[in-house]
Amino acid sequence: MKKAIILISLTILGVYLIDIFTGIGFGTQHFASGVKDAYLIGSKETLRVSNVVTSIVVNFRGFDTLGEVTVLFLASMALGGILYKKRHDVGERSVLFPSTRIVMSGAKLLFPSIVLLGAYVFIHGHLSPGGGFQGGTIIATGFLLMLITYRNYSVSHNRLSWVESLAGVLFISLGLAGYFVHDSFLANVFPEGKLNDLFSGGVIGIIYVAVGFKVAAELTGIIYTILHEKD
Amino acid sequence: MIYLILTFILLLLMIGAAIYAIWQKDLLYAVIASGIISLLLSIMFVLLQAPDVALTEAAIGVALTTIIFIIAIRNTVRFEDEHDKKIKKEKQLKSAEQ
Repeated sequence: MKKAIILISLTILGVYLIDIFTGIGFGTQHFASGVKDAYLIGSKETLRVSNVVTSIVVNFRGFDTLGEVTVLFLASMALGGILYKKRHDVGERSVLFPSTRIVMSGAKLLFPSIVLLGAYVFIHGHLSPGGGFQGGTIIATGFLLMLITYRNYSVSHNRLSWVESLAGVLFISLGLAGYFVHDSFLANVFPEGKLNDLFSGGVIGIIYVAVGFKVAAELTGIIYTILHEKD
Repeated sequence: MIYLILTFILLLLMIGAAIYAIWQKDLLYAVIASGIISLLLSIMFVLLQAPDVALTEAAIGVALTTIIFIIAIRNTVRFEDEHDKKIKKEKQLKSAEQ
């Protein structure tokens, strides 16, 4: 009986999915006019952003990005709530393999350049591929390298949550500023500047810096919590 | 033409790494193989002209996911059938005691 119900509901779902996918018409030019042109022309002419993906993610669909950042914040908070313990084992932490001198020196050498690459990716998010999420993840990877290489390397949870909160407040206050100046959440309140300039695109660059700091702090906090979980 | 050949080579390597990850009993090697799949997939994204997605895939798929799986392996068992063997041994010991 149970199996029959499951089969029937799966069949109904499959029929609906086939109906939807046959209606799309892959390979035909059905996006010829409409919202695509508005995005492509608008990001170049009015926003002065050369990376169209960034202009869509942060400006045209900026509210969705705020939602994504909120989801990441909730995930890291839930993980911290499950795994958090009273800190009694700060310091020594067992690593998978004890690292050799070569790995230790290499990690020390690579760490600043990884963080610099991450910062470059999110500062130039509106000019070159990448952005806040990618840059933040790269910075978290650098911290991860240091955490698994050195037994007594630690990051301050307090400082991480301060960075995260300030970045979130910056994002939302920029959105509110757009609301008060131009009557629309996340509207552009700064001058657009010249195309392909570092200071172009108005609020987009600042929002991506905030998102980069926020993502880096959240992912570093998640990794640090997981590494400290069972020792 | 050269892009087509490169795409086919990348896809074959990805399928090979995926089969290796399933076949391998040592979970550490399997996790490394799945990291290699993500690395090749990020090259595929660059070939498909999606550099933004390629950056995300390289940072999350290659580094973060692999390391989180390695931490999970460190806290559990390294070989696939190790856990079953342990349970079997305990059962045998119990039956021997009885």
